[in-house]
Amino acid sequence: MVLGKGASSSLSMNKVDGAEEMVDNSNNFTVLVADDDPLIQKLHEMHLKKFGLKVQVVENGKKAVDLCHFGATFNLILIDKEMPVMDGAEATKELQAMGVNSLIVGVTSRDSPYEKQAFMEAGLDYCFEKPLTADKINFLLQELNKNN
Amino acid sequence: MEKNPMRRQLAIMRQALFDQGYLDEQFIQLEELQDDANPNFVEEVVTSYYRDSARLILKIEQALERKPFDFNKLDGYMHQFKGSSSSIGAKKVKAESTLFREHCNSGNGEGCVRAFQQLKQEYATLKKKLEAYFQLARQAGPMETACRPK
Repeated sequence: MVLGKGASSSLSMNKVDGAEEMVDNSNNFTVLVADDDPLIQKLHEMHLKKFGLKVQVVENGKKAVDLCHFGATFNLILIDKEMPVMDGAEATKELQAMGVNSLIVGVTSRDSPYEKQAFMEAGLDYCFEKPLTADKINFLLQELNKNN
Repeated sequence: MEKNPMRRQLAIMRQALFDQGYLDEQFIQLEELQDDANPNFVEEVVTSYYRDSARLILKIEQALERKPFDFNKLDGYMHQFKGSSSSIGAKKVKAESTLFREHCNSGNGEGCVRAFQQLKQEYATLKKKLEAYFQLARQAGPMETACRPK
C-alpha cells in the first residue's frame, strides 16, 4: 500500500493493454537510499539501477542530511524509518526544513497504518511498505517525470 | 517445458518451494534482478540474508535468556528480522516472525519462546532447501529468464 500526501488510496498504475507501462528513465534521475540494513541497501540499489537510476546509499538519516547539507542533490530520497544515529522521521523533518527539492519517500517495514501515518507527518511525499518492488519504482518514476 | 533433465529438476525444485509455502512473490522480484552482469545475484542476496540475520537470531536468543523479558527489545529485533526475511520472500519465516511479534505485543513470554523455536526451524529448513537449489542451479548453468510459478 502507498500513502501519499492527502490521499489514502492504494497504488494506481498506468495500464496499457493490461500490462504495466514501463517508464523510460531518460532523465538520469538520481536517488539517495538511506537504510541501515545491508541487505535492503543491496536490493534497493539493484532494483533502482535496473531502471537506469543513479544510486547513492547511506546507512543512517544523519548521513543523508549531511550529504544534502553539503550540496548533494537527488531527485528522489528513499528513506527507512528506523535507523541508528538519526531515524527516518527526524531526517525527513531536517531535509524539509533545509528546503531540499527532492521527492522524499519512506520505505518502512512498519505495517501499522498509524505508524505509517506518523512517518508521513514528518514530511514524506509517499510512504511504502518494504520491500521495494518494480511496481513501486515505476510509480515513483511517473511522479518524477511529472515533476520534471 | 525444460528439455534438459537438470534444468527440469531445478524447475520442479523451484516450483515446490512456492507450492509448499516456503517462498513468495518477493523471491521472483529477486530473480528478475538477476542478469548477465549479476548472474549469481539471488544466491548472493540469500547468502547475505543468512549471514546478517544470524546476528539477529543470536540477539533474540540472548534476550530470551534474560528475565523478565524486554518485549520492546524483542519486538524491535524481530521487526528487523521480519523486514529482511520479507525481502528475500521467506514466507514461512516471515509468518513466524509476525506470530512472535503478536506474542510480544500481548506480553506472552511462553508464546514468544514457542514461536521463536518454530521460526528457527523454518529458517533452518529454508536454508537447507535453498542451498540445495543453488547447488543444482550452479550445476545446471544459467537460466534465461525468471518465470512466475504456475
